[in-house]
Amino acid sequence: MTTEIILAGFGGQGILFTGKILAYCGLMAGKELSWLPSYGPEMRGGTANCSVCISDEPIGSPLVTTPDILIAMNGPSYNKFIDAVKPGGLVLVDNSVVDEVCTRDDVTFIAMPATDIASDSGMNGSANMILMGRMLAETGLFDMDTVKKAMEKCIPPKRANLIEVNMKAVEMGAASKE
Amino acid sequence: MAVVFDRPQSLVDVPTHFCPGCGHGIVHRLVCEVLDEMNLTGDAIGVAPVGCSVMSYNYFGCDMIQAPHGRAPAVATGAKRVNPDKIVFTYQGDGDLAAIGTAETVHVGTRGENIVIIFINNTTYGMTGGQMAPTTLPGQITQTTPFGRNTETAGHPIRICEMMATLSGVALAQRVAIDSVPHIRETKKAIRKAFENQVAKRGLSIVEVLSTCPTNWGLSPDKAMNFVREQMIPYYPLGVYKDKAAEEEAAK
Amino acid sequence: MKGNEALAEAAIRCGCKCFFGYPITPQTELSAYMAKRMEKAGGVFLQAESEVAAINMVLGAASTGVRAMTSSSSPGVSLKAEGISYMAGSDLPAVIINVQRGGPGLGSIQPAQSDYFQATKAVGHGDFHVMVYAPCSVQEMVDAVTLAFDKADEYRVPVMILADGLLGQMMEPVTFPEPKTELPDKSSWAACGHKNERPHNIVNSLFLDAPLLEAKVKERFERYKLIEENETDAELYMCDDAELVVTAYGAAARVAKSAVTKARAEGIKVGLFRPKTLWPFPVKELNEAAKNAKKILDVEMSMGQMIYDVKLAVECRIPVEFFGRTGGVIPTPAEVYDEIKKLTGGAQ
Repeated sequence: MTTEIILAGFGGQGILFTGKILAYCGLMAGKELSWLPSYGPEMRGGTANCSVCISDEPIGSPLVTTPDILIAMNGPSYNKFIDAVKPGGLVLVDNSVVDEVCTRDDVTFIAMPATDIASDSGMNGSANMILMGRMLAETGLFDMDTVKKAMEKCIPPKRANLIEVNMKAVEMGAASKE
Repeated sequence: MAVVFDRPQSLVDVPTHFCPGCGHGIVHRLVCEVLDEMNLTGDAIGVAPVGCSVMSYNYFGCDMIQAPHGRAPAVATGAKRVNPDKIVFTYQGDGDLAAIGTAETVHVGTRGENIVIIFINNTTYGMTGGQMAPTTLPGQITQTTPFGRNTETAGHPIRICEMMATLSGVALAQRVAIDSVPHIRETKKAIRKAFENQVAKRGLSIVEVLSTCPTNWGLSPDKAMNFVREQMIPYYPLGVYKDKAAEEEAAK
Repeated sequence: MKGNEALAEAAIRCGCKCFFGYPITPQTELSAYMAKRMEKAGGVFLQAESEVAAINMVLGAASTGVRAMTSSSSPGVSLKAEGISYMAGSDLPAVIINVQRGGPGLGSIQPAQSDYFQATKAVGHGDFHVMVYAPCSVQEMVDAVTLAFDKADEYRVPVMILADGLLGQMMEPVTFPEPKTELPDKSSWAACGHKNERPHNIVNSLFLDAPLLEAKVKERFERYKLIEENETDAELYMCDDAELVVTAYGAAARVAKSAVTKARAEGIKVGLFRPKTLWPFPVKELNEAAKNAKKILDVEMSMGQMIYDVKLAVECRIPVEFFGRTGGVIPTPAEVYDEIKKLTGGAQ
């Protein structure tokens, strides 16, 4: 089985980092994986996005064109990718930022004010982790232990304090699914 | 009978392809005398340019690399960086160093690469038959300035030593000439100083030698020497434009 | 690890002593990685003033017998062409990496495969070849670097790794070989100071005597013949009974593989031929892959460059169709799948 994910938003929202965590989760879980960022001028203030594939078999094209999961953290990226999501797929948006409403009835659509939740909890900049947590709770793709191990791999030791903050945000996101 | 004059050990015993009266022979000899006297030949890596002196790789007895046109300073950088204890020098003409290779020349200066550049300025592209060089004098007739170099359209001659002296990484920038015995002696001293700088790891040393091209100038060898003296030196004043070692000495 | 970083780490482990580069997207991570790691590994990192200078620094370092590397992306590789030709003419081993982007001109910074002609036919003036490896994953980038350094030394030729922005930017799991401790001895020809113990070595590409130059070139082509006989490599995927063979290399091959897998699941007799060396082109391997093929579909991220080698390899006995995207647009598996369907008429 292959899970194809697109994460998209503004540069600076931690899009590429979230993708990296998911890729490392795949590594920790012994899966095949790939992570492919958009690069270039897009990274500077425009939209940033990345493709993540997690699979039991070797991965063909690492560029995701029809995602199983879309996490959109701004309007332009939501509009860019919503029609590409596979029927039956999962769409998560940060509706603190995204005003658009879902126009499709063949996908699971979850809107949560992740940016507001993050700032209300004193965790500015953790909206990405909250959305990822919710996505993991919805799909069961990886458990929390795996996420923690992935974070320990991705975050350099001198910034280890961030692991705890990030994990708290992931758990908060996961818990938002009643 | 005692031998009072001989070929330097570092100068390979082969006939050169240089024209009669050409200055390259003199400067080759001076470089080799210095390599011999400082016992550097076994550790030296020379870089030959493109131009008349390309075949210097056959004449200098040390290991030699032939570089693409203008790139000798970059080639020397690569060789020196991975062999910091070897002695690396380039031997370049004016077209090679001051036209197509200007960027490489400036940047070895800014980086202070610990190498020696021997720069032969004879105001012309010799190998290709005497076209205008970046150092061709105003009004000078060449194959591509048949009515004399018009600075309005063909630009002005470039004074390399003055320019290189402005760069922080340059340890020595000195202009010398080979038109007379005292000047030739001065040239050898400058070359020696350049290699001493490299041994002492002081940075880039460039010695600009005002030299002759009787063939392309259309002059006899002795008249060519007069041209250096009367036409070139006034435009390209001889002298030391930068000498870090001397500055340090004076500061003591 | 990112593809670009993997290339750099692999080179260091191969005993690469120096890296000379100049910034250009999408390969900059390679330089940045080298800047961080090279000195600690006892080597030299230097950011040159231009691509032209960088390749000539490689020439200078390689002339002294050390393993040297440079990397760039398409426009920068054009600037390196002169130096590569001189290195080939001087029989100098070195590794050159091209993380291709869209062209011509400044083009785009997105992944492309439009430098195939340049790499395999004309990466500089004169009668010569460079070996060209075409990895298609981060792991293969590592393997290609290891091979490239060894083969460059073995045959005394420059070797190019032809990657693209997608492979350079993507991250995949990767395993590195143990660092190399023993490197080939090059003292018989290297210009590294003769210690007054041997005649001087000259690293040179100038031979004014025409018959002498001809002899030099012919000797080099004898080595090329050996390379062609021994060093071709390709992956054959589901080709045994394939009536349609898709040919693609690098990133395009990954896209094509997804499409082939999907078509196979539907009973379409299609396979994938993926050259891992572009020069020499794996002619024998392609003919093996296409032994039952009625058609070939060549897929590239260009307007069609490798297709000429494909046609030559099968001597035009089999019709060769083409599908490509260019300018930095990456073809999708769905597009390639549609082409496969069109050419096969669906499942038999």
